[in-house]
Amino acid sequence: MCGNEALAEAAIRAGLDAYFGYPITPQNEITAYLAKRMPEEGRVFVQSESELAAINMVFGAAATGKRTMTSSSSPGVSLMQEGLSYLAGAELPSVVVNVMRGGPGLGNIAPAQADYFQSTRGGGHGDYRTIVLAPSTVQEIVDSTGLAFDLADMYRMTVLILIDGILGQMMEPIVMKDAPPRKDLPAKDWALTGARGRNQNIVRSLWLGEGVLEQLNEHLKQKYAEITEKETRCYCHQIEDAEIILVSYGVCARVVRSAVDKARQNGIKAGWIRPFTLWPFPSKTIAEAAKPDVPFLVVEMSMGQMLEDVQLSLMGKAPTCLLGRAGGGVPTVEQVLKKIEQTLDKTNNSTLKT
Amino acid sequence: MKTVFSKTPTLKECSTHYCPGCGHGIAHRLLAEVIDELDIRDKTIGIAPVGCAVLAYEYLDIDMIEVAHGRAPAVATGMKRTNPDKVIFSYQGDGDLAAIGTAEIMHAAHRGERITVIFINNAIFGMTGGQMAPTTMLGQVTATSPEGRQADGTGYPMQISEMLSIMPGVCYVERCAISGIAAIRNTKRAIKHAVELQMTNQPGLSLVEILSPCPTYWRMKPANAMKWIEDEMVKVFPLGKIKDAAAKK
Amino acid sequence: MAGKIKIDVERCKGCGLCIGVCPKKNLDFAKETNKKGLSVVKQITGECSGCTLCAIICPEAVIEVYRDEPPKNSKTTPKTDLVEEKR
Repeated sequence: MCGNEALAEAAIRAGLDAYFGYPITPQNEITAYLAKRMPEEGRVFVQSESELAAINMVFGAAATGKRTMTSSSSPGVSLMQEGLSYLAGAELPSVVVNVMRGGPGLGNIAPAQADYFQSTRGGGHGDYRTIVLAPSTVQEIVDSTGLAFDLADMYRMTVLILIDGILGQMMEPIVMKDAPPRKDLPAKDWALTGARGRNQNIVRSLWLGEGVLEQLNEHLKQKYAEITEKETRCYCHQIEDAEIILVSYGVCARVVRSAVDKARQNGIKAGWIRPFTLWPFPSKTIAEAAKPDVPFLVVEMSMGQMLEDVQLSLMGKAPTCLLGRAGGGVPTVEQVLKKIEQTLDKTNNSTLKT
Repeated sequence: MKTVFSKTPTLKECSTHYCPGCGHGIAHRLLAEVIDELDIRDKTIGIAPVGCAVLAYEYLDIDMIEVAHGRAPAVATGMKRTNPDKVIFSYQGDGDLAAIGTAEIMHAAHRGERITVIFINNAIFGMTGGQMAPTTMLGQVTATSPEGRQADGTGYPMQISEMLSIMPGVCYVERCAISGIAAIRNTKRAIKHAVELQMTNQPGLSLVEILSPCPTYWRMKPANAMKWIEDEMVKVFPLGKIKDAAAKK
Repeated sequence: MAGKIKIDVERCKGCGLCIGVCPKKNLDFAKETNKKGLSVVKQITGECSGCTLCAIICPEAVIEVYRDEPPKNSKTTPKTDLVEEKR
């Protein structure tokens, strides 16, 4: 199955009750697939009038305790930022998929990874975070989806699944299985279900009372700390003896994996770190791998966004550099190899940035 | 002696933040009375707007949600589609519904979402200090129309109910007023009818537009504000049933 | 007269709408204010038919209205469904 359709089916297997979405390339396979499959399963599908409406429909369904999802691509996700802020403030669980494309502006429909800031820094207003998962194979997309719904329900958070136009279109063999909700998820007794035999439930994010909003923010901060403690996920390969460590995610990680294997064959001791959660970012793993003479080469399809998180994690303890492509450009194995060699070239230190 | 009028249970016993003579207090009470008379407190979910009524959940004792400005019909769609057995209503002002939220109400109406929309039209943006609203009358002085609204440059007062009524997805639109006893009684009847349509699963969206006084920003005494509705607002916003697809011919 | 009202003056905001609708001219602003400093409304004649118009127009729902029961065998007992707002 292609990545987009696999994600859609995986969502159904995870108990998706309602999908709301608006067409935008390159994720239209998700809306088309769910338009057909959701009614087959007796569940809700609505093509909304805009991404703005879609995220608000998600807000409504989530508030009643349902598993709900929307998907879009970069410009559409920009329109959802207000909704993401409200979802965070009201602490509602939801899953949002961003199949990234070139930007800024209307950009193009080619793949990109330029929404890293938007995803991890929170593009909407206020102090909040969303969990960000970055699969790099179609199987991982399938596995991330069930995980996303569980994390969303566990922590009353929005979970963003971040893929790109290549992964969305890519076809790979997968194993698809049912992924019902985990048994240890907390009950949704805050949900709006009609106040039968209980006090009213209110879902809100406005708190005008003296000090109350600050309390909410403190609570969110603690929640985010707990998530950082328990849910950070990344993969590492051959970093213990590495003379250069590459950091990448999503489709770039596949290119980097091949490049590192080839580099090793050529006698270069390269290794890689692949964050799977972009938030919470595996700062500890990166910091622990830091050595002053081992550069970290960040390979991403942006002009340097995850680079900043790597630099923050290192706090100057190791040099960093970037191989960035934008607007649909995808790094090739050859380009990465060349960059590895350039970076390690002892005579040309100007490529290194601490 | 028997009690012939007392506060209905779904209206909470509290002091509201509304200005003296504001129509919201009456509209909330009518809504609460309808909920209690139809005995649907335990299956009703309300959506509060951004506007003076943002704290409506402090006054109405039902499950409620507060949403972003104008987005209520989209939120209602998400709620009703996943919970078709619940009574879902949105309560919105003229900024919420006729300014920032026009796409959301248009498309919920267009899709025929089986929700009830209570549209409070007081021809002004109250919460933010009395700015011009899409429904502000020509010549009306507001914070952003200090010389009085001019059609050239700001357009005419928006007649949302008429616009929505032509959509097949809308089953019931009526314009009422909180401008006097008879008008208030009629408003309650309209609200009840709209909710009953939803309860009987009538296909389509039901909307009750309620002309409501804002004494503070109209710079009028409460009684005069009500009179202004009856004398002036109804010239642009005529009262009456605009559409009722379920009515017997 | 057959009616009586009770006003929760602490929640009255003195908007005066009830004064205008009372057919018996029973209501007017009081000289007293409530704890919030708002001028409140009070009954001035005590003549009340229990018509509930004041309660219907009150935006704060601060008025409760009571009425004598009609005599059991009266042939002229008015229909009460029009005016009875609360069961």
